[in-house]
Amino acid sequence: MSPVRILIIEDDNNIRRFLRLALEDEGYQVAEADCARRGLIEAASRQPGLVIVDLGLPDDDGKSLIRELRGWLSVPVLVLSARDREEEKVAALDAGADDYLVKPFGVPELLARVRAQLRRGAISLSGGSSSQVSFGEVRVDLAEHQVSKSGQPVHLTPTEFRLLAALIKGHGRVLTHRQLLLDTWGPGYADRGHYLRIYMGNLRQKLEDSPTQPQYLLTELQVGYRLAGMRMGD
Amino acid sequence: MPPQRPDPDRLLESLKEQEAAAKRGKLKVFFGACPGVGKTYAMLLAARERQAEGVNLLIGVAETHGRRETLQLLDGLPLLPSRKVEYRGRVLPEFDLEAALAAAPALIIVDELAHSNVPGSRHAKRWQDVEELLAAGIDVYTSLNVQHLESLNDIVAGITGVRVRETVADHVFDRADDVTLVDLPPDELLIRLAAGKVYLPDMARHAAKNFFRKGNLIALRELALRRTADRVDEQMRAYRTDQAIATVWEARERLVVCVGSGARGEKLVREASRLAAKLQADWIAVHVDDPELSEGAQKGRRQALEVLKLAEQLGAETLTIPGAHVAEALASFARARNATKLVVGRTLRPGPLRWFSGVANKLAETHPDLDVVLIGLEKGKPSHRPQPRPAATLPWSGYLWATLACAGATLLAAGLLRFFDLANVVMLFLLTVVLVSIRFGRGPGAWASLLAVLCFDLFFVEPRGSLSVHDSQYLFTFALMLAVALVIGQLAAKLRLEARVAVQRERRAMALANIARQLSGALKQDQIVGIAEEYLGPLFDAGVTVLLPDAQERVHPCGNRPADEGVAQWVYDHQQEAGLGTTTLAAASARYLPLKAPMRTRGVCALQPRHPAVFDEPEERRLLDACLSQIALALERVHYVEVAQEALVNMEGQRLRNALLAAVSHDLKTPLTAIIGLAGTLERDPSPQIRHELTAAIREEAEQMHRLVANLLEMARLQSGGTRLRKEWQSVEEVVGSALHQLRLPLARYQVRTDVPADLPLVEFDALLIERVLVNLLDNAAKYTPAGSRIRVSARRVDEELVVMVEDNGPGLPLKDADKLFEPFTRGESEPATPGVGLGLALSRIIVEAHGGRISAENRPEGGARFRFTLPAGTPPEPEEE
Repeated sequence: MSPVRILIIEDDNNIRRFLRLALEDEGYQVAEADCARRGLIEAASRQPGLVIVDLGLPDDDGKSLIRELRGWLSVPVLVLSARDREEEKVAALDAGADDYLVKPFGVPELLARVRAQLRRGAISLSGGSSSQVSFGEVRVDLAEHQVSKSGQPVHLTPTEFRLLAALIKGHGRVLTHRQLLLDTWGPGYADRGHYLRIYMGNLRQKLEDSPTQPQYLLTELQVGYRLAGMRMGD
Repeated sequence: MPPQRPDPDRLLESLKEQEAAAKRGKLKVFFGACPGVGKTYAMLLAARERQAEGVNLLIGVAETHGRRETLQLLDGLPLLPSRKVEYRGRVLPEFDLEAALAAAPALIIVDELAHSNVPGSRHAKRWQDVEELLAAGIDVYTSLNVQHLESLNDIVAGITGVRVRETVADHVFDRADDVTLVDLPPDELLIRLAAGKVYLPDMARHAAKNFFRKGNLIALRELALRRTADRVDEQMRAYRTDQAIATVWEARERLVVCVGSGARGEKLVREASRLAAKLQADWIAVHVDDPELSEGAQKGRRQALEVLKLAEQLGAETLTIPGAHVAEALASFARARNATKLVVGRTLRPGPLRWFSGVANKLAETHPDLDVVLIGLEKGKPSHRPQPRPAATLPWSGYLWATLACAGATLLAAGLLRFFDLANVVMLFLLTVVLVSIRFGRGPGAWASLLAVLCFDLFFVEPRGSLSVHDSQYLFTFALMLAVALVIGQLAAKLRLEARVAVQRERRAMALANIARQLSGALKQDQIVGIAEEYLGPLFDAGVTVLLPDAQERVHPCGNRPADEGVAQWVYDHQQEAGLGTTTLAAASARYLPLKAPMRTRGVCALQPRHPAVFDEPEERRLLDACLSQIALALERVHYVEVAQEALVNMEGQRLRNALLAAVSHDLKTPLTAIIGLAGTLERDPSPQIRHELTAAIREEAEQMHRLVANLLEMARLQSGGTRLRKEWQSVEEVVGSALHQLRLPLARYQVRTDVPADLPLVEFDALLIERVLVNLLDNAAKYTPAGSRIRVSARRVDEELVVMVEDNGPGLPLKDADKLFEPFTRGESEPATPGVGLGLALSRIIVEAHGGRISAENRPEGGARFRFTLPAGTPPEPEEE
């Protein structure tokens, strides 16, 4: 199997260099672009397996680049952004990005995210037909609507289950509040962030060992939620 | 003889005048004896010359009256379109002041200075438009005929028999920078007239025959020449004064004019104005307000006030002084003001103004040191000015009551006569007279005296029922009784009047003292506005609105009363009153007065009085002015208090910024130094073991810096103002989790425990900011406790609050005054071993307080530190049931 090619669209030389070194060290092939225009050309010609996009590009705001990429590219898109621009991150995720990294970030964090996204891409490519999903000690049967933790059945209300199913469908992507609310409650509830907080709290109580230090049902403050450590099948 | 040096006061004055003149535009008047001498022609000719010099000019108004030569001159000059004003069904072209001010040329031509604007225009007179143009720094060329000068109005009317209504105040003419006399000998003018080259205004056409007689023209020409010569003379003297050429420095003369009422008063004032101009003297027009006048003859008083108004227009200072004895009051006033001459009128016949002549004589007798100038006044024609109000009705009821009182006294006396002597009963009548005088004043008092004597004669002296007297002794009694009754009555009446005057004066003094006291305690603008409305309203029986300027110098009304902001803005910009009863924007329903303070105008006060005459009564007016200046002073004081406070806050801010810079530069440089050093060591390619340690250290330092920078950014964002909290109903559990996740590396070496109940309701806050508070508190705990210490985060709902605590079992807080920790850049120890500015806690406090909560720190009794903050719990929304 040929190594996965990763496209980095980032205008800062040093950041681009350290990204390339870290990724090449992991065995990926790396293509680079320093602006949105070149990025689009590279993405079309190189057929990358994953794209890393900086939101602060000189010739574009990143969001429209993502929207354009999403028109013909289904591979995961990872966004790099500054911490204090929550709305920007939400907009990028809503535009079709799969995950984001807050600057400054470390190499281990970057590699973990890249691996997670590539794994997810592989699963969705292979069809992911199994209705059995697990994370940690938790097993979920999507078809049977059954959830168990450490072998003990856990009772979820229908809404809690819908919310969990939405997170599972995301395959480890960060799902914005809006997306989750639409998936779980339907249109008309998009601005009721407090629903999510209550039901996510319930899910953490039922599924996490330590709800204040969750391992799987992770909070991205002011952005959304993500399910980490998910495996298909048993 | 002392060396001749200019009087410093006068030098200062001329300096001020020059300074004001430098900012103002220059006024050039083309002055002529009568219509047809060619003023407009001369003016346009001059304008063309200026245009040839490259001056940016504009023709505002040029009355060519269709004359071809004049029209030709207009060719090629830029013309300001006139404003079309509809008035009584006709559309009249008017000078467009707004457009002229907006165009702001260097020079503007405005013909016919004496023109009266159509009602509804900004100003009543064109010369006021010109004043505004000058004030805006625009030079003006204008034209004027001699008969339009206010002070020469009477004389011209006397010569020609045609009275001109459109007049220009003399001071406008006197203050003109340049006067060019446009002269044409009468014979040539008559030839031009015969040739039809002179335009005659409609008004004067029927009188033209009389007007353009050669005799009239010669007289008018002489007047114009003289007036111009006076000006030249004055200029020469001014020059000599400036250059200290004069041999004698005499004190400036001051005239005091005693003003009566009606047309005679007007003439007196005009004469005095001319006299003052000739003498180069200041002049003061004074009306002595005899308390007697306030009793019955209100009409005369109002006329006198009208005359005072005219005097003010002619440039006099005007004043009403109270006093029963005109001569005494005048003399003492003249002394007090150091006046050299007293001007009084003299009528030929006795009448309502008889006291003028009496006054002159009395003055001459009692104050021989004062120069008294008598102005001959013709037998007065009735005033042509409309009376502001009908005369007050005479108090007939007083006479009725006096009659009734005498009847009562007679009945009582008849009863008492059985017990007492006739001589004693007489006293009863005297008592009646005194009481009537006190109650109803002088007239009824005198009437009662007469009645009392009659009743005494009719009913008590033999033969009763008849006026005849048997005993001639009684004639003496009657005479004496009448005299005593009259004297006592008049004294009593006077006492009563003086008491009333005193009461009024006291009312004013009290009002002023009250408002001053209230204002002195005011600390805010709204308070001052409130006081102004509360006190001025009842005092002047008027609706009061105060308008204050905003940062853009636009005035807006405070409070709910509506006000015409346009008028108020004009008043504010020009520092002159306008509106109701003035000649500027007179259509407004209220009078707008500027609130002038020593430094600048602080606002505008709009008064909507029930009786507009309030503003014409000098006493009331002075009281009003005093009140307004008190208010303006208070506004200015408050303004400067604010300025001072702002300066203090700025200084404090500056101090903080400096401390911040020092602390930040220290705390940034420390990790930077470490990073650079560590990276340098790495370059020398050490062993893998050391390399690992070094990179871990670099990363730790960099993350420390990152947190510091994050705090700094957040602080800057919060303090720059305008930041709104993004409050949402949040889960405390999630925020605690997120904070712990952020700090997972530094906290890895500590035992962290959380205690957040699962059923803790949502709380409304800005999640990122509260996360920052938690990160700071946790970071602090990690920094100041040894590795392996226990750190506990807990949240509880207590009553109406959410209480969050971060505790550790480290060495605890070193400060007794734990609150100091939350001030920027305080750290427990003086020289920190651990990096990180005290910024974190200061920021935490700002965030918590912005949410309406409190933050505090203390040492736990069992050892270690405890940081605690609260947030209002509120009532979270319930999700719909499933």
